[in-house]
Amino acid sequence: MPISFERAFSIHDDALLLRGQRTSILASNIANADTPNYKARDIDFDAMLRSASQQQDGRVVMASTHRDHIARQSNAMQPGLMYRNPLHPSLDGNSVDSHVEQAEFSENALMFQTSFSFLNSKVTGLMKALRGE
Amino acid sequence: MGLFANFNISGSAISAQSVRLNTIASNLANVETSASSEAQAYRSRQPVFQAMLGNHTRPGEVGVQMLQIVESQEAVNRRYEPGHALANEEGFVFGSNVNPVEEMANMISASRAYQNNVQVLSTSRDLLLRVLSLGS
Repeated sequence: MPISFERAFSIHDDALLLRGQRTSILASNIANADTPNYKARDIDFDAMLRSASQQQDGRVVMASTHRDHIARQSNAMQPGLMYRNPLHPSLDGNSVDSHVEQAEFSENALMFQTSFSFLNSKVTGLMKALRGE
Repeated sequence: MGLFANFNISGSAISAQSVRLNTIASNLANVETSASSEAQAYRSRQPVFQAMLGNHTRPGEVGVQMLQIVESQEAVNRRYEPGHALANEEGFVFGSNVNPVEEMANMISASRAYQNNVQVLSTSRDLLLRVLSLGS
């Protein structure tokens, strides 16, 4: 049976990458907690991971409904950014709730470490198989 | 990209919040400052932040920068003290319009925001260091 990295890592490498990108989005929200008119953003992680893991070459292709449609490829590393629905309105037009963002950030960091642990055990497993110990 | 961008994003926020702490320090230091006219009186200064939306940044990775510092337009404190060294011809001295209670609340908010960003930086650093140990 050939060793395939694609199969060995399954979704964990994509998940790790997306978790890493989500930290920057949440970090931006926390950084702009006092910026007037800034709108908090986030990605739909599950949907992004699904589309990232479906694409073998790491690219997202738009669905076409007609054979003449030109396939437009977009980079899977540019997540579908959305705006967060604020829990409270604010006078300065800022939609960041820093406590929500903090909670999301720590959850995301924990999930990053989880994905990393899975990936790490896969890598050490492969190393063991290569060494034949 | 990704985690590495956090150093720039949170770094910019830490710098912006420290400007805010600086203006609060100036405001509190000048609470008792006097002047001989309304125009010369010290007015409370507040920084205005702006999201750093450049062409080089990726969507969603947005730092923060200081746009400008605005002076409060509230009325300055005017009191009648003819014996004061800075009193004008009518005997009035103009104090600052700094509200110390407001400034203290603002300071707590700024220092919490600063701490949040430091925490984001240190978490990002920990995650990156863990990734470096992959396979060991």
